[in-house]
Parts: sequence; structure tokens; C-alpha cells
Amino acid sequence: MTDTLLQVEGLTTELGAAAQPLRVVDGLDLHLQAGETLALLGESGCGKSMTALSLMRLLPPSGRILAGSVRLGGTDLLRLTETEMRAVRGGRLAMIFQEPQTSLNPVLTVGAQIAEAVRVHAGCSRAQVPERVVELLRAVGIPDPAQRAGEYPHQLSGGMKQRVMIAMALAGDPQILIADEPTTALDVTIQAQVLRLLKDLQRDTGLAVLLITHDLGVVAETADRLAVMYAGQIVETATVAGFFARPAHPYSRRLMESLPSADRRSGRLAVIPGRVPPLDRVFQGCRFADRCQSVMPVCREETPGWFEIGAGQGVRCHLWADSLQSVVGSWQSAASGASEGESDRHPAAGNGILLRATDLKVHFPIHRGILRRVVGQVRAVDGVSLDLRAGRTLALVGESGCGKTTAGKGILQLVQPTGGSIRYRDRELIGLGHRRMRTIRKDLQIIFQDPYAAMNPRMLVGDIVGEGLQALGIEPRRAGRMRRVAELLELVGLDPASANRYPHEFSGGQRQRICIARALAVEPRIIICDEPTSALDVSVQAQILNLLKDLQERLGLAYLFISHNISVVAYLAHEVAVMYLGRVVEQGPVDVVLDDPRHPYTRALLSAVPVIDADRRREIIRLEGDMPSPSHPPPGCHFHPRCPVAIDACARSYPGETRLNDARVVHCLRANQE
Amino acid sequence: MPLMPVVLWTDALVFLLIALGLLFGLYAARHEHLRAPWRRVVQSRVGVAMLVVLSAYGMVGLLDTVHVRLKLDTPADSSAAPQYAPEILSLLDLALSGLRERQEKTYSAPFATHLFVKEAIEQPDGSVIRDFPRLEHGGSHLADPATQRGADILFTAMLGMLKGLVFWVLTAFAILWLIARRRGELMEQTWTAIRAGRTPIPWLTALSMLGLLLILGFVAGELAARYHILGTDKVGEDVFFQTLKSIRTGLLIGTLTTLVMLPAAILLGIAAGYFRGWVDDVIQYLYTTLNAIPGVLLIAAAILMLQVYMSNHAEDFTSLVERADLRLLFLCLILGVTSWTGLCRLLRGEALKLREVDYVQAASALGVGHATIIGRHILPNVMHIVLITLVLDFSGLVLAEAVLSYVNIGVDPTMNSWGNMINSARLELARDPVVWWSLTAAFVFMFTLVLAANLFADVVRDAFDPRLRGI
Repeated sequence: MTDTLLQVEGLTTELGAAAQPLRVVDGLDLHLQAGETLALLGESGCGKSMTALSLMRLLPPSGRILAGSVRLGGTDLLRLTETEMRAVRGGRLAMIFQEPQTSLNPVLTVGAQIAEAVRVHAGCSRAQVPERVVELLRAVGIPDPAQRAGEYPHQLSGGMKQRVMIAMALAGDPQILIADEPTTALDVTIQAQVLRLLKDLQRDTGLAVLLITHDLGVVAETADRLAVMYAGQIVETATVAGFFARPAHPYSRRLMESLPSADRRSGRLAVIPGRVPPLDRVFQGCRFADRCQSVMPVCREETPGWFEIGAGQGVRCHLWADSLQSVVGSWQSAASGASEGESDRHPAAGNGILLRATDLKVHFPIHRGILRRVVGQVRAVDGVSLDLRAGRTLALVGESGCGKTTAGKGILQLVQPTGGSIRYRDRELIGLGHRRMRTIRKDLQIIFQDPYAAMNPRMLVGDIVGEGLQALGIEPRRAGRMRRVAELLELVGLDPASANRYPHEFSGGQRQRICIARALAVEPRIIICDEPTSALDVSVQAQILNLLKDLQERLGLAYLFISHNISVVAYLAHEVAVMYLGRVVEQGPVDVVLDDPRHPYTRALLSAVPVIDADRRREIIRLEGDMPSPSHPPPGCHFHPRCPVAIDACARSYPGETRLNDARVVHCLRANQE
Repeated sequence: MPLMPVVLWTDALVFLLIALGLLFGLYAARHEHLRAPWRRVVQSRVGVAMLVVLSAYGMVGLLDTVHVRLKLDTPADSSAAPQYAPEILSLLDLALSGLRERQEKTYSAPFATHLFVKEAIEQPDGSVIRDFPRLEHGGSHLADPATQRGADILFTAMLGMLKGLVFWVLTAFAILWLIARRRGELMEQTWTAIRAGRTPIPWLTALSMLGLLLILGFVAGELAARYHILGTDKVGEDVFFQTLKSIRTGLLIGTLTTLVMLPAAILLGIAAGYFRGWVDDVIQYLYTTLNAIPGVLLIAAAILMLQVYMSNHAEDFTSLVERADLRLLFLCLILGVTSWTGLCRLLRGEALKLREVDYVQAASALGVGHATIIGRHILPNVMHIVLITLVLDFSGLVLAEAVLSYVNIGVDPTMNSWGNMINSARLELARDPVVWWSLTAAFVFMFTLVLAANLFADVVRDAFDPRLRGI
């Protein structure tokens, strides 16, 4: 506690009209020391970002800080005038945002934008500015910084843009950097680069970082201490090591248990029922009481106080009151038992191949000029072969832009494939017209990533779910359809009365359930799940994954699970196919591929995934640069320009498939050499 | 039968429009999710107030849309077929026959008792002097206008106000009784609930607006019986009467044009965006070509062609009113043809965006046909754009009518319209002293209509936007 840089006490922030305010931050205390990373962890709607904006005094117009103090060094930031505060912002306290795409002005070069920050804060002479810009760009690891400074944001990739944002934040030599979900919008390999960069900067400059995130893996890998936020309050603070060894608050425990991973394959994930309560009311008792498993009568009546439980760990929970300490022990042992066990998985329900895609190609022509001649092809999917079996899940893994979503849509004929074949139970799907395809539509369904965009906002839930029944003539009469819809809603765990409501009245998780009900309505045999949980919070993700798993067991569905989240894949999938630039580079049973990856890209991808368990961490294989454009793939093996183990032969031709055993296929020349 | 109903072309289309509106109303009433947004409209203060204003305009327009021919007084010989007057009159004409028939010689200012221009007046003694002559009708009941006029106007206005108040109280009482009966409570309880604003519909606002309109209407009615409250025009016609007659023209141009252009704009716009490919190319070429031709040229050509046709087939058009009506219809048609491209382009862009949206993809994955996807997913989600464009166009079209009248290719010069009034104001404003009342009257009435329509449309749009709900 010698070198406390930032000390926040009793910070309380409200949003909205004075009559019915949302108390988004309520009595928040935290402190941050030089050179330290403090992670602020929580689900969406817990007030993490509002805390950051309160510290910067950048609240939206309807927001106001009611009480508390924010001491940076010796000054209370809340007492500064706006002019003085402007010197602090970017000077001593800098911030980077989640979406690098929208945080940069598209019509100015990145150099000009960094120069602006330099001029405001660094106080160096005009001539020195360009020099300092290049220096900053070099500091954030951008190759060839002098040239990059003259480029526009659209010429840079997502990871590069986030680096530029960091460079801008560093322009004023800040003491504290507030990073609001800095890597959420980025792919894992890029995320690993950015997190490494933050760590390096911290080591070199003694920067303190307040990292706001919802990702426990990121916290485990980068933070020193963490604070868990729930409904506007901090419910637990701890050192990272202490937290992951022994989370104290029931919420933290459930959050950890709801994380999918390979170990939990055989069981169900723990779920936190319900959702974060709306913050527009006065709370009585503990805010988590309604969702807590170990709720006691006292929780609903008395607001829990703050208990220090040693080793820098503190918690806001009645369980830790002295009189109740004994309960904690028993509860902990009981809870750990609950997540284990349950039924073993069914052995694969029949090994018959339902759908086989062979050499599937989806190319998009690039038109140029006044006559719109085709000058090239974007090879989004370039020869993908997959088999889907009943009752099994095949995961399609890869970074954004590798063509996994397009492959899924190509199989469903939502995008017209350019070549290859898709055989569904001895029928060729490619070339079937719109009309003849309709008879097969019933068997192939899709669930989308964004549950907010996947439903027509002007239709009732009942009509949305019943749309397929009507379109395919399964239940032409409305009464019968509504009966079936009620059954389906019950099946996915929703109140059948939801049928008469509009989608916007539901939370993200509930909407995803409705989407699943819509897909199930026509009794499909194959469902393509296009990142169905990536827009959801961890606890809600667990609910959806459990549901998908249950449905597979009960109905024998085949899933094509498209995802970039390796831990979800490890939990749910039976087989996995890794895609890179439109092609599958490695394919095989999930445990084998994830434990013993053979393709260098798979290895790099897996090594970049943040892991909670420190023992299981692998050495991160840093990939240079970004994925090339699918319109001009590199000659030979698509991966060879970034591959750490490439040999000359890799540049010559695309490596054919190497069968390691029955189910295992790798496209790499060096697959057998190690 | 003392009357023979006459249905002009535009009347028929108006009736069609009303029928469509009623059908939609019945359909929406049975579907809760369609009824809910409209309920939100009438729960908004602005919405209710503007609804009252718009219905007042609508009533006048509708009265002016029912056309008849009067039976002529024939000799008592009952065996002869009844003879009807060649003149086609609307119910509004009949209701305001006093105003219509009380013509002066030429200009007179509002509430004037004397003409606006000097004339040679022959005195009883035979001498001739140049002075402002007394009006034939305006204030003719006054013996000494100079002293009596002010008091008379005040008294008449008060009388009108009193009548309006009485009528308003009666109407309000009837409405109150109806509400109380539906809510199953005593009228006092209902009244206190309304006063305290505890009813879902802001009745207080609605009744106040209604009261304002009724009092204004009755005051105007009383005064108009004795004076020309908005003056007279060049040929001595009452300007107040002209303005009221112009309401129908304005409403028709605003609504019929959109009725004409909507099917083309919506169908072609969505088809272009949804189907892409050659359909898109054809439609795009069509509207870029059409857009490249100046709209005024097309309108002029069409109207001139119609004029030639009408003069060549004079025998087909029995009355002036029929000719003017056909010209109005043609104007609506040609305005529709030239104005659909803007909306079409907007809808094409929106459809391009929507066809890639997940819920449309999900629908095609469920095997939903193209027509159903367009009808169920795309059309409802572009309706707010249609609505906004319609309202913006409504005011634009009312103004366009004025511009077209300026170059003499607007509505028939014999037809009452704000455009014609504004057009004639060109010369009136050049006079000295200025004749300002025609322009002012047209402006006030047009402004009220356009403002009410815009405010109402804002409320409707907010009510229909699901994203704004719950805020």
C-alpha cells in the first residue's frame, strides 16, 4: 500500500431522469498501485464501463456522480474544473475502448490522429511531433512505423488499430491506462498480441492498468488483482491467484463453474438462473439473493457488509460473517460435488453420415469498372469437406474472416456455392432450385450469432417460432400451430405465454432460446449453430450450451457448431475442423486435436487462448502479421508466410491431406515429421 | 328525388381510399399487436390534438367530395322526366350557399363594408363622385358602418362564441356520457378522472382542442353570415369560401398522389433490393432514366396532352367541374409518376440491407417463399420509411401544386386551390395598397394542415418504432 496511485472511495453514479434513476455504480471502493493491473470483472449491465467513464468524468449527458472521491496522486478528480480535468484526461489518465474500428476517425491518417494527442499533452515543439509519433508507433510494436503513420485506419487490421489506439493513449505518458474490453472485438491470436503488448508496456514504463473485461481467461493471464462487480457494486476483490484458487462470493464461484471446458464435457455446466437485476430500484438485502444458491433468510433482509478474509481478499456476502463461517465450509464442499457427475454421454447415436460436403467452394466475384467485369474472386470458402453425423457435433473453428460462417450458409444454400457437392441423405443439394430445396429445408436449420438481429422486431414470438410450420405446410391451421409453439417454448425453457409478446421484451439469452425454438419447430435433423453464444454473457452462455446439449441427447440432432471460442468447442463438440483462409487445415476428434495439434496454425491458435489454470498454460506462439486477404491467398500453403516452421517446399504447392489415422486429417507437409 | 348524386373520378378514388382505411382499421382492431401502436398514438397529447385538427380538415374535405345535381323546378306535369340542373354542387357548396352566392364586384378587405377600389357613384341628386362604394352584402345591414361596425363585429363574435360554447358543452357532455358508460362509473367520477389526467387517453387535451375548433368555427360562421371575414378576391368571391373549398384540393393532391405512387415505389423498390441481379438492373435503369427527365417537363407534356384531348372531345365533358376534376386526377397521376423514384431508391437500399439480415436468412432457411418474405419481413420493416416519406411528400406536394399553378400546368384555373390563390397573389402583392388577404388565408390554412400532419406523423412513427417502446 506504499504506492497507491488511484484511490476510489464511495463512488456513486446515476443515469437517467431524476424521478427514476439507474444507480449504475453504487458505493464503489478500489485502489490501484503503480505498475499493477487491476481487472474489473462482471457481466454486461453490471456497471463496469460506467465506472470507467465516471473515473474519466466522461459520463453521458444524463449521468451524474452523486458521491465519492477519486484521488489520483494527491488530487481529487471530482473536484477539478472541466479545464483542469482535460489536462488529466490523456495526460495522467488515459483510456482505450472496445471497438477500435469506431474509435478512429476514418478520414484522417493514423499519424495525424496520434500527432493530435501528442500536441495536446506532450508539450514538445512542432518539429518533434512526427518523431514522437513514430516513436509511439514503434513502442506499440507496429512494423515500419514511419510508413504506417501516413496510412488511413481502413488500411490497418483490427489488431493494428487497437495498437494505434494504445499509442494514442500513451501519447501523454499516462500513469494509469483504463482499458475497456480492449480485446473483446479481436481474434484470439490478435488478442494475445495486444495483451502481450500491454504487459510489455507495463514492465517498461510502470504503467498501472485498469482492465475492464468479462473474460475470466484474460483476467487470469494479465491481471495481478481483480474486483468482481455485480449490479453496480464490487462484491469481491482478491489477488488473481487467490481468486482462482478459492473464489469467495457465490457469484464468483458460479461464474467460474459456468465456464465451459473439456473437463466438464461429461456434465452440465452450472448456470446462474435469472439475470442481473435492473438498477432502477432500491435494493433490500443482497443484490444477488434472487440468483444465489446458498441464499439465507438474512440475505433478503440485511444488506451484506464488507468482510476482509485475508490475503488481500475481501467479499460482500453474509456467508462470511463470523457467526456463519462454519456454513461456508459445508457449502463449499457441497457445491463442488454438484457440478460433477450426472449421466455419462450417450455413445454416438448411430454413425451414419447425414450430410457430406465435398470440396465445397463459395467464391464471390469482384466487379470493377463501368462494365462491371469480373476481375477476381474472393475465395471465402475454397474446398471444404465435412461430414455431419446424427447425434454428433462437428465444430468449425477459426478466426474471423476465415470463411466459417460462409461455409455454414453455403451448406444451407443461403449463399449459392460455386462448386463442390453437398449430399444430404443421397440427394445432391447444389443446383436444387429454390422450390425443390424447400422439401429439404425442414431438415436443415440454422441458429445465428446475434439474437437481437435474428428476429423480426415487428412479429410476435408465436408467429416467429411458427413461421416454419406455416411455410412448409406442417401446421397450416393457426390453432394447431399455436399449440405446437407453446410446446416448443416449453421445450427450450420459456413460458408458453411468451408467444404473445414481441422479441424486444426478452433478454439476450431468452431471445437465443426463441431462435432455437424456431429452428426446432420443423423438427430438423441438422442444426448449424453460427456462434450462438458469442454475444451472450458467461452465465447465459452456460444456459444455452446446456440446452443445446440436452436437445442433442433427446432428439439426436447433428450440430455444425461454428465458433472461435475454443473452450466452448472443447465442451460441446465431438469432432473439430480448424479453418484457415477458406480451407480446413486440420480435422479430427476434439480431444485429440485440442490436446495434440499437428498443424502449426492450430498450435498457434490454441496457444493464444487465455487459460485460467496456470499449470496448463502453453508458451504462446506469436504469429506475425495478419491473415491475408482471401482474394489473393499466398501461393502454396496459405499459412506459410506466417508459419514459424515453414520450409521452402511450403511455398510451392498446397499440401495435400495427410491421414494420421481414421478420423484425423492434417494439411501440412510437416505433419508427420515430429 | 330532389337531388341526383354525381360521382366524379376523384370522388370514387377518395371513397376507395376510405374503404381501404376502414378495412385496415377492422383488420387492425382484431390484431392486438397492430392495435397497440395506434392505442399509443391516441394516448399521446400531441397525437390526440392533431387528430382533432386533421379530422376537422377531413370533414370539410369529405363534405366537399359528395357531389350532387339539384332538381330543377319543373312544371307540375308529373309525367315529364325530372330535370336536373347542369351545375354540379358539393354538400359543402350547399351548406355554404350563402357565402357562395354573396358576390361582390371586386376586391374588398376582411370585415370591410366598402369596396377596396374607388368607383364612380351616382348620387341621388344626379351628380357623380368617385368614392369607395358600399358592399352589396358585407356589412350591408349596418346603417352607419363607421360607428356601428366595431360593436357589431364584437357582438356577433360573442354570439358565435356563446353558440360554440353551448354546442361544445353539449358535445362534451355526450362524449363524457359515453366514456362513463363504457367505464361503468358515474359521470362525476369520469369527469374528475379526466381532469386529473388519469384516463389512458388524454381526453382533456382532445376536448380542449375540440372546444377551440368549435368556438373558432362558430365565431367564423356567425361573422361570415354578415361580413366577408377574409375579404373578397378580384371577381368579388368570398375568400373564406375559397379557402374552405381549397381544402379538398390540398388533401386530394396529398393523398391521391401517394396512392398512385405507392404501389410502384414499394413493389419496384423492394423487388430491386431483394432479388438483385437483372431485376435490380432493369428497375434501376428505369428510375434513373425517369429521374433524368425534368419533372416539370413531363407534367407539362401530360397536362397539355390532356387539354388537347379535352378540347377535341368536348362533348364527353358535360360540365366545368368534370373537366377540372379530370385535370386534377391527371395531375395526381403524373405527380405520382414523377415522384415515386425517390421513395423507390430509399426502399431499394433498405431492402438490400434487410435481405442480409439474420431473420430474413432464417426465414429462407425455413423455406418461406419470396412473396411471404417480402410481405412479412421486409415490408413491415420499411413501413416507417414509407410513412416518413409520405408525410414529407404530403407537404411537398401541396407546395408543388402551387408551383405548377404558377406555370399554368397545375390544377384547372377554375378550381379552388391554395396554389391558385397563391398564384393570383402574385399580382395582388404588386398592387398598392397591397391586397394581402388571399395569400394570408391560403398560407394560414395550408400551414395548419401541414403542421398538423407533420406532428401527427411524428407521433405515429414513434408509436410504431419498436425500438423506442418502453422509453
